[in-house]
Amino acid sequence: MDERRSLSPCSSRPSSPRTPPCEILGSVGIEAVLDQLRIKAMKTGFEFNIMVVGQSGLGKSTMVNTLFKSKVWQSSLPNLELPMPQTLELHSVTHVIEEKGLKLKLTVTDTPGFGDQINNDKCWDPILSYINQQYEQYLQEELLITRQRHIPDTRVHCCVYFVPPTGHCLRPLDIEFLRRLCRTVNVVPVIARADSLTIEERDAFRSRIQQNLKTHCIDVYPQKCFDEDVNDQLLNSKIREQIPFAVVGADREHLVNGRCVLGRKTKWGIIEVENMAHCEFLLLRDLLIRSHLQDLKDITHNVHYENYRVLRLNESHLLPRGPGWVNLAPASPGQLMSPGPGKVRKRANKDPREDEC
Amino acid sequence: MASLDEVRQLKKEQIRSLTMCGHVGFESLPDQLVDRSIQQGFCFNILCVGETGIGKSTLINTLFNTNFEELESSHFCPCVRLRAQTYELQESNVRLKLTIVNTVGFGDQINKEESYRPIVDYIDDQFEAYLQEELKIKRALFNYHDSRIHVCLYFIAPTGHSLRTLDLLTMKSLDSKVNIIPLIAKADTISKSELQKFKMKLMSELVLNGVQIYQFPTDDDTTAKINGAMNGHLPFAVVGSMDEIQIGNKMVKARQYPWGIVQVENENHCDFVKLREMLICTNMEDLREQTHTRHYELYRRCKLEQMGFVDVGPENKPLSLQETYEAKRHEFYGERLRKEEEMKQMFVQRVKEKEAILKEAERELQAKFEHLKRIHQEERMKLEEKRRMLEEESIAFSKKKATCDLFQSQSFMASGSSIKKDKDRKKIDAATAFCDCLTAKERMRLCVTPPRKDLD
Repeated sequence: MDERRSLSPCSSRPSSPRTPPCEILGSVGIEAVLDQLRIKAMKTGFEFNIMVVGQSGLGKSTMVNTLFKSKVWQSSLPNLELPMPQTLELHSVTHVIEEKGLKLKLTVTDTPGFGDQINNDKCWDPILSYINQQYEQYLQEELLITRQRHIPDTRVHCCVYFVPPTGHCLRPLDIEFLRRLCRTVNVVPVIARADSLTIEERDAFRSRIQQNLKTHCIDVYPQKCFDEDVNDQLLNSKIREQIPFAVVGADREHLVNGRCVLGRKTKWGIIEVENMAHCEFLLLRDLLIRSHLQDLKDITHNVHYENYRVLRLNESHLLPRGPGWVNLAPASPGQLMSPGPGKVRKRANKDPREDEC
Repeated sequence: MASLDEVRQLKKEQIRSLTMCGHVGFESLPDQLVDRSIQQGFCFNILCVGETGIGKSTLINTLFNTNFEELESSHFCPCVRLRAQTYELQESNVRLKLTIVNTVGFGDQINKEESYRPIVDYIDDQFEAYLQEELKIKRALFNYHDSRIHVCLYFIAPTGHSLRTLDLLTMKSLDSKVNIIPLIAKADTISKSELQKFKMKLMSELVLNGVQIYQFPTDDDTTAKINGAMNGHLPFAVVGSMDEIQIGNKMVKARQYPWGIVQVENENHCDFVKLREMLICTNMEDLREQTHTRHYELYRRCKLEQMGFVDVGPENKPLSLQETYEAKRHEFYGERLRKEEEMKQMFVQRVKEKEAILKEAERELQAKFEHLKRIHQEERMKLEEKRRMLEEESIAFSKKKATCDLFQSQSFMASGSSIKKDKDRKKIDAATAFCDCLTAKERMRLCVTPPRKDLD
């Protein structure tokens, strides 16, 4: 949709009336509003919802544990007694973590069984339907007459996609999934288990993946069209050069040179997770938590959610009119996940990236 | 609604607390939020309600330490009008879009019954605009210039007695729509002791009449104490001035009188500093939040209920807004179809009538035409008759003439000249006699000239 380019979340200028700038002759105290914001933010706390997608054994659960330095999942090894899940299931866990007085409500959604079947056709459908379900829930809450003060936000803010370290290029499954998902949610692809690649192989793999993404017009986070100003552009282009990050996850600590570090111990050495020379885990953590968390939430709210809302509200009058024609509450999966050929073509036509492809 | 609450409760129970064994680093989150807000800029809208000349513009100038361009309003406005002006202020890296709405002509009319109405309508219009934007399908809320009034500074005249009826009426109609902060204007005309009594009287009257003014929030630890203290100082007695007077070795804002100098920023002289502190430094964000979560939601709820939307349907199943919207839409659609049918029918009817009239006229015309034609025909026939008769007569005459000529020539041949002469004379006489028989008209027609006597 070509609106995406103009729906930049942070600009506030276009629609306001022309205002003459006035000079303040002394200090007034307007700056104090920043502190007020901070206090308010500390009081209400933050929410963050992250989804990890990838085949089993790629280290998704370990990665989440490493990111948030806690046992988000009780055990990262698969339970050998249970059979492999036959279909894709989604497990969601919510935790409240606190740091320096700041509360973060973290929800992690895992997708065991993704890409594990013989026939992986349409394996992205449950994921898309879960994401859309969260949007739907938010929309329903927003449309109530008597609304809550603070609508609980369960929408997925970021989806981390784990690419298996084949060293060649993106597989058809990866391409299909990324293509479908990057329009609905912010996707951050990472190269999982990067300790099986050497540095040169890593770089080659990375550039091939970047080429693949470009060929298939897959717009991963941070999207170029939402760059606000020069600073953002600089920062984000640096990040874009490094996407996908090659990460290694570990939740055990080892002793290296007298320091206690998180790492994986092998016969030939210890891979330090937080060492930039070893892997790019720090970049991922900084992107997700330290610098772009608010931005991820903003884009989800202002772009993806709005797109969903437009689609939904436009659809509602096209619903068939029968005794149950006002049934909007549970959206049927077939309707939303893979929009009909007409819609896909329409969206594809309006996608600004199509011109570049 | 009950089921929704239950769901929420359940969700709460599933959330666990987690301890981290290291530093993750999300304490920068508030900074990220603040950075984003700085980029977006802030928006604040103040409504000043008070009589003309009570010092509203001066106070705003003093509050924001700027000379906003404001013209003095006249006292002769027929009704209360609202004038809004937007300014962009910047202090270090914070951009503030400030909108000041002034009431022009408030309290000037002789009949003040409808004075509060334009103010209430203005506030509702801003809410309405926001609601419209929110209900749009393709909306741009983050880009939207929020014009809803965040705070209303109500200027009370410093009579020293009590609240005036107009003030009470206006505040009562505004208290559910906007955060009201009452102020005593021109406080330098009241002495300290009178001021205390006045404040107490005002507050008791407000409480008695159930007017809900804005209470500074006391739920947060950092600001609870100061806010609580300030709540006891309401209404603030303020003095505004942009003139600078030298006191000691500083230039301060003050008003100079022959009997002394009233310093604006001196807490002993007036409550201006308190107002600035509360309004801008401590509670600006809270005012905005209250406007959005309380007043706007109230307006939205009332408006939607007015339009016929409900949250719970006839069988007590939760209805979504869209369902009701669709139902209404269907209804309106049916209504529209019906109206279209009606109009069509009416149109057809009118056309038929017109057609009938025209046909009637046509028929009349036709009849006239026939009649005239007949008359024509008759006349024509008559004339034909006449012509025939005339022709017959002329034929008869020419025959006679021919016989006459023949007769004349014969006689001339038979008898010589004398006889000819006689015969001629006879003939001529006969001809003449015959000619005399003819009427003058016929003569002319046949171009017969009376024969000359000297024919020989």
